Amino acid sequence: MPYGNYMRINRFSPGLQNEPELYTFNDNRMNKEVTIEDRLWDFIDGLSSPAEKSAIETLIAENVEWQRKYKELLNVHQLMVGSELEEPSMRFTRNVMEEIARHQVAPATKTYINKNIIRGIGAFFLSLIAGLLVYFFAMVKLPSDSSTRSQPVNLPSMNLEALDKVDYGKLSGNLPVTLFMLITVVMGLVLLDLYLRRKKEQVS
Amino acid sequence: MELTDTEIIKRVLAGEQAFFAQLVQRYQSYVFTLVLRFTDNREDAEEISQDVFVKAYRSLADFRGDAKFSTWLYTIVRTSCITFLRKKRLETTSLDNERTSMQVESRQSGFTANAIEQKSKHAMVNAAIRMLSPDDSQILTLFYKGEQSLEEIGRVMRLDPNTIKVKLHRARNRLKEKMEKHFSYAVRELYED
Repeated sequence: MPYGNYMRINRFSPGLQNEPELYTFNDNRMNKEVTIEDRLWDFIDGLSSPAEKSAIETLIAENVEWQRKYKELLNVHQLMVGSELEEPSMRFTRNVMEEIARHQVAPATKTYINKNIIRGIGAFFLSLIAGLLVYFFAMVKLPSDSSTRSQPVNLPSMNLEALDKVDYGKLSGNLPVTLFMLITVVMGLVLLDLYLRRKKEQVS
Repeated sequence: MELTDTEIIKRVLAGEQAFFAQLVQRYQSYVFTLVLRFTDNREDAEEISQDVFVKAYRSLADFRGDAKFSTWLYTIVRTSCITFLRKKRLETTSLDNERTSMQVESRQSGFTANAIEQKSKHAMVNAAIRMLSPDDSQILTLFYKGEQSLEEIGRVMRLDPNTIKVKLHRARNRLKEKMEKHFSYAVRELYED
Protein backbone atom coordinates (compact mmCIF):
# COMPACT_ATOMS: atom_id res chain seq x y z
CA MET A 1 0.00 0.00 0.00
CA PRO A 2 1.96 3.05 -1.25
CA TYR A 3 0.21 5.76 0.80
CA GLY A 4 0.40 4.54 4.39
CA ASN A 5 -2.93 4.23 6.12
CA TYR A 6 -5.14 5.28 3.25
CA MET A 7 -8.12 3.03 2.64
CA ARG A 8 -10.20 2.65 -0.45
CA ILE A 9 -13.49 4.52 -0.61
CA ASN A 10 -14.75 3.39 -3.97
CA ARG A 11 -18.35 3.05 -2.92
CA PHE A 12 -18.59 6.82 -2.39
CA SER A 13 -16.92 7.79 -5.62
CA PRO A 14 -18.14 5.99 -8.67
CA GLY A 15 -15.46 7.62 -10.80
CA LEU A 16 -12.65 6.27 -8.68
CA GLN A 17 -13.21 2.52 -8.75
CA ASN A 18 -10.08 1.95 -10.77
CA GLU A 19 -7.87 4.06 -8.51
CA PRO A 20 -6.46 1.73 -5.91
CA GLU A 21 -6.28 2.66 -2.25
CA LEU A 22 -5.36 6.29 -2.65
CA TYR A 23 -7.87 8.50 -1.03
CA THR A 24 -8.63 8.50 2.61
CA PHE A 25 -8.17 7.20 6.12
CA ASN A 26 -11.79 6.14 6.58
CA ASP A 27 -14.90 5.22 4.63
CA ASN A 28 -16.22 8.69 5.10
CA ARG A 29 -17.00 11.37 2.55
CA MET A 30 -15.81 14.27 4.70
CA ASN A 31 -12.48 12.63 5.44
CA LYS A 32 -12.05 11.90 1.78
CA GLU A 33 -12.49 15.60 0.98
CA VAL A 34 -10.03 16.57 3.69
CA THR A 35 -7.44 14.12 2.48
CA ILE A 36 -7.78 15.16 -1.14
CA GLU A 37 -7.49 18.82 -0.13
CA ASP A 38 -4.48 18.21 2.11
CA ARG A 39 -2.67 16.32 -0.61
CA LEU A 40 -3.56 18.91 -3.22
CA TRP A 41 -2.38 21.78 -0.98
CA ASP A 42 0.94 19.98 -0.49
CA PHE A 43 1.12 19.53 -4.27
CA ILE A 44 0.36 23.22 -4.91
CA ASP A 45 2.87 24.36 -2.26
CA GLY A 46 5.54 22.09 -3.74
CA LEU A 47 5.77 20.03 -0.55
CA SER A 48 4.91 16.65 -2.12
CA SER A 49 7.55 14.01 -2.62
CA PRO A 50 8.43 13.22 -6.26
CA ALA A 51 6.41 9.96 -6.12
CA GLU A 52 3.42 11.70 -4.58
CA LYS A 53 3.73 14.52 -7.10
CA SER A 54 3.55 12.25 -10.11
CA ALA A 55 0.67 10.27 -8.55
CA ILE A 56 -1.30 13.49 -8.05
CA GLU A 57 -0.48 14.73 -11.54
CA THR A 58 -1.95 11.49 -12.91
CA LEU A 59 -5.04 11.83 -10.73
CA ILE A 60 -5.59 15.43 -11.83
CA ALA A 61 -5.20 14.43 -15.47
CA GLU A 62 -7.51 11.44 -15.29
CA ASN A 63 -10.01 12.05 -12.54
CA VAL A 64 -12.79 14.63 -12.82
CA GLU A 65 -13.24 15.04 -9.07
CA TRP A 66 -9.55 15.70 -8.49
CA GLN A 67 -9.51 18.08 -11.46
CA ARG A 68 -12.42 20.08 -10.02
CA LYS A 69 -10.91 20.23 -6.54
CA TYR A 70 -7.49 21.16 -7.91
CA LYS A 71 -8.95 24.04 -9.90
CA GLU A 72 -10.84 25.27 -6.84
CA LEU A 73 -7.77 25.24 -4.60
CA LEU A 74 -5.50 26.66 -7.27
CA ASN A 75 -7.89 29.62 -7.62
CA VAL A 76 -7.63 30.35 -3.89
CA HIS A 77 -3.85 30.00 -4.06
CA GLN A 78 -3.57 32.33 -7.04
CA LEU A 79 -5.87 34.86 -5.41
CA MET A 80 -3.62 34.86 -2.35
CA VAL A 81 -0.43 35.11 -4.40
CA GLY A 82 -1.92 37.97 -6.42
CA SER A 83 -3.38 39.81 -3.43
CA GLU A 84 -1.81 43.11 -2.50
CA LEU A 85 -0.55 44.36 0.82
CA GLU A 86 -2.35 47.21 2.52
CA GLU A 87 -0.62 50.57 2.24
CA PRO A 88 -0.25 52.95 5.19
CA SER A 89 -0.51 56.71 4.70
CA MET A 90 1.97 58.60 2.51
CA ARG A 91 3.56 60.24 5.54
CA PHE A 92 4.23 56.96 7.30
CA THR A 93 7.99 56.72 6.72
CA ARG A 94 8.47 60.38 7.61
CA ASN A 95 6.45 59.94 10.83
CA VAL A 96 8.57 56.97 11.85
CA MET A 97 11.83 58.78 11.10
CA GLU A 98 10.70 61.84 13.07
CA GLU A 99 9.83 59.58 15.98
CA ILE A 100 13.07 57.61 15.99
CA ALA A 101 15.08 60.85 15.83
CA ARG A 102 14.17 61.15 19.52
CA HIS A 103 15.43 57.64 20.31
CA GLN A 104 18.70 55.80 20.30
CA VAL A 105 19.52 52.19 19.52
CA ALA A 106 19.65 50.39 22.86
CA PRO A 107 22.76 48.31 23.54
CA ALA A 108 22.37 44.62 22.73
CA THR A 109 20.91 42.63 25.61
CA LYS A 110 23.93 40.33 25.72
CA THR A 111 26.22 43.28 26.46
CA TYR A 112 24.51 44.25 29.69
CA ILE A 113 23.39 40.84 30.92
CA ASN A 114 26.54 39.46 32.45
CA LYS A 115 26.89 35.71 32.07
CA ASN A 116 28.53 35.55 35.48
CA ILE A 117 25.30 36.83 37.03
CA ILE A 118 23.34 34.03 35.31
CA ARG A 119 25.94 31.51 36.48
CA GLY A 120 25.74 32.98 40.00
CA ILE A 121 21.95 32.54 40.04
CA GLY A 122 22.39 28.95 38.84
CA ALA A 123 24.96 28.27 41.56
CA PHE A 124 22.63 29.76 44.16
CA PHE A 125 19.83 27.38 43.20
CA LEU A 126 22.18 24.41 43.02
CA SER A 127 23.44 25.18 46.53
CA LEU A 128 19.82 25.46 47.67
CA ILE A 129 19.08 22.02 46.26
CA ALA A 130 22.23 20.67 47.90
CA GLY A 131 21.15 22.31 51.18
CA LEU A 132 17.76 20.66 50.85
CA LEU A 133 19.38 17.26 50.43
CA VAL A 134 21.60 17.83 53.46
CA TYR A 135 18.55 18.92 55.45
CA PHE A 136 16.68 15.83 54.24
CA PHE A 137 19.38 13.47 55.44
CA ALA A 138 19.81 15.37 58.69
CA MET A 139 16.11 14.99 59.44
CA VAL A 140 16.05 11.33 58.62
CA LYS A 141 16.45 9.22 61.73
CA LEU A 142 18.22 6.06 60.70
CA PRO A 143 17.83 3.32 63.31
CA SER A 144 20.91 3.17 65.51
CA ASP A 145 22.82 0.01 64.99
CA SER A 146 26.33 0.04 66.38
CA SER A 147 27.37 -3.05 64.48
CA THR A 148 26.78 -1.39 61.06
CA ARG A 149 28.16 2.00 62.16
CA SER A 150 31.54 0.74 63.19
CA GLN A 151 32.06 -1.45 60.14
CA PRO A 152 32.79 -0.37 56.57
CA VAL A 153 29.67 -0.26 54.37
CA ASN A 154 29.15 -3.45 52.50
CA LEU A 155 26.51 -2.68 49.86
CA PRO A 156 25.32 -6.18 49.04
CA SER A 157 24.83 -6.95 52.69
CA MET A 158 23.34 -3.54 53.63
CA ASN A 159 20.21 -3.83 55.69
CA LEU A 160 17.52 -2.27 53.41
CA GLU A 161 14.89 -2.78 56.06
CA ALA A 162 16.43 0.22 57.81
CA LEU A 163 14.93 2.50 55.12
CA ASP A 164 11.44 1.33 56.10
CA LYS A 165 12.08 2.60 59.59
CA VAL A 166 12.97 6.11 58.43
CA ASP A 167 10.79 8.84 59.95
CA TYR A 168 9.45 10.47 56.78
CA GLY A 169 6.69 12.22 58.69
CA LYS A 170 9.08 14.95 59.72
CA LEU A 171 9.56 15.89 56.09
CA SER A 172 6.06 15.47 54.70
CA GLY A 173 4.50 17.51 57.48
CA ASN A 174 6.89 20.44 56.99
CA LEU A 175 5.16 23.04 54.78
CA PRO A 176 8.20 25.18 53.87
CA VAL A 177 10.15 22.08 52.85
CA THR A 178 7.23 20.76 50.79
CA LEU A 179 6.83 24.14 49.06
CA PHE A 180 10.52 24.40 48.40
CA MET A 181 10.58 20.91 46.93
CA LEU A 182 7.60 21.71 44.70
CA ILE A 183 9.21 24.93 43.45
CA THR A 184 12.47 23.11 42.81
CA VAL A 185 10.70 20.37 40.85
CA VAL A 186 8.75 22.91 38.76
CA MET A 187 11.90 24.90 38.03
CA GLY A 188 13.71 21.73 37.11
CA LEU A 189 10.95 20.79 34.68
CA VAL A 190 10.96 24.28 33.13
CA LEU A 191 14.73 24.10 32.63
CA LEU A 192 14.43 20.62 31.16
CA ASP A 193 11.71 21.87 28.79
CA LEU A 194 13.90 24.79 27.66
CA TYR A 195 16.86 22.50 27.15
CA LEU A 196 14.85 19.96 25.12
CA ARG A 197 13.28 22.71 23.00
CA ARG A 198 16.73 24.10 22.19
CA LYS A 199 17.95 20.62 21.31
CA LYS A 200 14.93 20.09 19.07
CA GLU A 201 15.54 23.41 17.29
CA GLN A 202 19.18 22.51 16.75
CA VAL A 203 18.21 19.15 15.29
CA SER A 204 15.57 20.66 12.99
CA MET B 1 22.72 48.77 -6.06
CA GLU B 2 20.08 48.01 -3.44
CA LEU B 3 21.44 47.27 0.02
CA THR B 4 20.44 44.07 1.78
CA ASP B 5 18.67 44.20 5.14
CA THR B 6 21.85 43.15 6.94
CA GLU B 7 23.89 45.87 5.24
CA ILE B 8 21.33 48.51 6.15
CA ILE B 9 21.26 47.32 9.76
CA LYS B 10 25.05 47.51 9.97
CA ARG B 11 24.96 51.10 8.70
CA VAL B 12 22.23 52.07 11.18
CA LEU B 13 24.12 50.46 14.05
CA ALA B 14 27.19 52.37 12.95
CA GLY B 15 25.24 55.57 13.58
CA GLU B 16 23.78 56.30 10.15
CA GLN B 17 20.20 56.61 11.33
CA ALA B 18 18.86 57.82 7.97
CA PHE B 19 19.38 54.34 6.50
CA PHE B 20 16.60 53.05 8.69
CA ALA B 21 14.15 54.81 6.35
CA GLN B 22 15.02 52.19 3.71
CA LEU B 23 13.96 49.41 6.05
CA VAL B 24 10.75 51.26 6.88
CA GLN B 25 9.92 51.72 3.21
CA ARG B 26 10.71 48.09 2.48
CA TYR B 27 8.56 46.64 5.24
CA GLN B 28 5.89 49.23 5.97
CA SER B 29 3.17 47.54 3.90
CA TYR B 30 4.02 44.12 5.32
CA VAL B 31 3.88 45.40 8.90
CA PHE B 32 0.76 47.48 8.28
CA THR B 33 -1.05 44.51 6.69
CA LEU B 34 -0.11 42.22 9.57
CA VAL B 35 -1.31 44.78 12.10
CA LEU B 36 -4.57 45.12 10.19
CA ARG B 37 -5.08 41.41 10.78
CA PHE B 38 -5.36 42.24 14.49
CA THR B 39 -7.37 45.42 14.29
CA ASP B 40 -9.47 46.56 11.37
CA ASN B 41 -9.16 50.22 12.34
CA ARG B 42 -6.65 51.84 9.97
CA GLU B 43 -5.77 54.68 12.37
CA ASP B 44 -4.99 52.23 15.15
CA ALA B 45 -3.09 50.04 12.70
CA GLU B 46 -0.96 52.98 11.61
CA GLU B 47 -0.20 53.93 15.21
CA ILE B 48 0.78 50.35 16.10
CA SER B 49 2.87 50.00 12.93
CA GLN B 50 4.75 53.18 13.78
CA ASP B 51 5.34 51.84 17.28
CA VAL B 52 6.62 48.56 15.79
CA PHE B 53 9.29 50.38 13.77
CA VAL B 54 10.32 52.52 16.75
CA LYS B 55 10.71 49.37 18.88
CA ALA B 56 12.57 47.65 16.05
CA TYR B 57 14.94 50.61 15.82
CA ARG B 58 15.58 50.67 19.55
CA SER B 59 16.22 46.89 19.69
CA LEU B 60 18.15 46.70 16.42
CA ALA B 61 21.33 45.68 18.22
CA ASP B 62 19.52 42.54 19.38
CA PHE B 63 18.85 41.39 15.81
CA ARG B 64 21.39 38.58 15.46
CA GLY B 65 20.75 37.88 11.80
CA ASP B 66 20.08 34.17 12.28
CA ALA B 67 16.53 34.66 10.98
CA LYS B 68 15.08 36.95 8.32
CA PHE B 69 14.54 40.54 9.37
CA SER B 70 10.85 40.13 8.47
CA THR B 71 10.60 37.16 10.85
CA TRP B 72 12.14 39.18 13.67
CA LEU B 73 9.89 42.12 12.82
CA TYR B 74 6.83 39.90 13.08
CA THR B 75 7.65 39.02 16.70
CA ILE B 76 7.53 42.76 17.47
CA VAL B 77 4.28 43.13 15.51
CA ARG B 78 2.66 40.35 17.49
CA THR B 79 3.65 41.62 20.93
CA SER B 80 2.82 45.22 20.03
CA CYS B 81 -0.63 44.28 18.77
CA ILE B 82 -1.43 42.17 21.80
CA THR B 83 -0.29 44.95 24.14
CA PHE B 84 -2.30 47.54 22.23
CA LEU B 85 -5.44 45.42 22.18
CA ARG B 86 -5.12 44.65 25.89
CA LYS B 87 -4.89 48.36 26.55
CA LYS B 88 -8.03 48.84 24.54
CA ARG B 89 -9.63 46.12 26.66
CA LEU B 90 -10.68 44.07 23.71
CA GLU B 91 -11.09 40.38 24.25
CA THR B 92 -7.78 39.11 23.01
CA THR B 93 -6.81 36.66 25.69
CA SER B 94 -6.59 33.90 23.16
CA LEU B 95 -5.97 34.46 19.49
CA ASP B 96 -7.42 31.05 18.79
CA ASN B 97 -10.56 31.94 20.63
CA GLU B 98 -13.57 31.22 18.51
CA ARG B 99 -15.26 34.27 20.00
CA THR B 100 -12.57 36.48 18.50
CA SER B 101 -13.34 34.94 15.18
CA MET B 102 -17.04 35.60 15.71
CA GLN B 103 -16.32 39.22 16.63
CA VAL B 104 -14.27 39.68 13.50
CA GLU B 105 -17.04 38.12 11.49
CA SER B 106 -19.72 40.31 13.03
CA ARG B 107 -17.55 43.41 12.54
CA GLN B 108 -17.32 42.53 8.90
CA SER B 109 -20.96 41.72 8.39
CA GLY B 110 -21.29 44.94 6.40
CA PHE B 111 -19.37 43.35 3.56
CA THR B 112 -22.26 41.83 1.73
CA ALA B 113 -22.08 40.20 -1.62
CA ASN B 114 -23.76 43.06 -3.42
CA ALA B 115 -21.36 45.64 -2.03
CA ILE B 116 -18.29 43.71 -2.96
CA GLU B 117 -19.21 42.02 -6.18
CA GLN B 118 -18.43 45.16 -8.10
CA LYS B 119 -14.99 45.50 -6.56
CA SER B 120 -11.76 43.91 -7.63
CA LYS B 121 -10.55 40.43 -6.68
CA HIS B 122 -8.05 42.13 -4.41
CA ALA B 123 -10.80 43.80 -2.41
CA MET B 124 -12.70 40.53 -2.23
CA VAL B 125 -9.70 38.57 -0.95
CA ASN B 126 -8.85 41.24 1.62
CA ALA B 127 -12.45 41.42 2.82
CA ALA B 128 -12.57 37.62 3.14
CA ILE B 129 -9.26 37.57 5.01
CA ARG B 130 -10.58 40.16 7.47
CA MET B 131 -13.44 37.79 8.24
CA LEU B 132 -11.01 35.14 9.42
CA SER B 133 -9.64 34.86 12.94
CA PRO B 134 -6.40 36.82 13.58
CA ASP B 135 -4.43 33.55 13.70
CA ASP B 136 -5.72 32.36 10.33
CA SER B 137 -5.21 35.69 8.61
CA GLN B 138 -1.71 36.10 10.03
CA ILE B 139 -0.59 32.69 8.85
CA LEU B 140 -1.91 33.42 5.36
CA THR B 141 -0.19 36.82 5.30
CA LEU B 142 3.10 35.45 6.62
CA PHE B 143 3.09 32.56 4.15
CA TYR B 144 2.02 34.44 1.03
CA LYS B 145 3.15 38.00 1.64
CA GLY B 146 5.98 37.58 4.14
CA GLU B 147 7.39 34.74 2.06
CA GLN B 148 8.08 32.87 5.28
CA SER B 149 8.60 29.14 5.22
CA LEU B 150 6.58 26.83 7.47
CA GLU B 151 9.67 26.49 9.70
CA GLU B 152 10.07 30.26 10.02
CA ILE B 153 6.39 30.78 10.82
CA GLY B 154 6.65 27.95 13.34
CA ARG B 155 9.63 29.59 15.00
CA VAL B 156 7.91 32.94 15.54
CA MET B 157 4.61 31.38 16.56
CA ARG B 158 6.42 28.80 18.71
CA LEU B 159 4.68 25.94 17.00
CA ASP B 160 5.83 22.86 15.19
CA PRO B 161 6.11 23.33 11.37
CA ASN B 162 3.65 20.45 10.90
CA THR B 163 1.13 22.24 13.10
CA ILE B 164 1.65 25.38 11.02
CA LYS B 165 1.07 23.33 7.87
CA VAL B 166 -2.24 22.03 9.22
CA LYS B 167 -3.21 25.53 10.35
CA LEU B 168 -2.33 26.93 6.93
CA HIS B 169 -4.45 24.30 5.19
CA ARG B 170 -7.36 25.06 7.49
CA ALA B 171 -6.94 28.82 7.07
CA ARG B 172 -7.08 28.48 3.29
CA ASN B 173 -10.11 26.24 3.49
CA ARG B 174 -11.85 28.73 5.75
CA LEU B 175 -10.90 31.54 3.37
CA LYS B 176 -12.43 29.57 0.50
CA GLU B 177 -15.59 29.02 2.55
CA LYS B 178 -15.85 32.73 3.39
CA MET B 179 -15.45 33.69 -0.24
CA GLU B 180 -18.02 31.15 -1.35
CA LYS B 181 -20.45 32.26 1.32
CA HIS B 182 -20.09 36.03 1.04
CA PHE B 183 -18.91 36.56 -2.52
CA SER B 184 -20.50 33.62 -4.25
CA TYR B 185 -21.13 35.51 -7.48
CA ALA B 186 -17.50 36.57 -7.89
CA VAL B 187 -16.22 33.15 -6.87
CA ARG B 188 -18.49 31.41 -9.41
CA GLU B 189 -17.07 33.69 -12.09
CA LEU B 190 -13.57 32.78 -11.01
CA TYR B 191 -14.26 29.06 -11.20
CA GLU B 192 -15.78 29.45 -14.64
CA ASP B 193 -12.71 31.34 -15.96
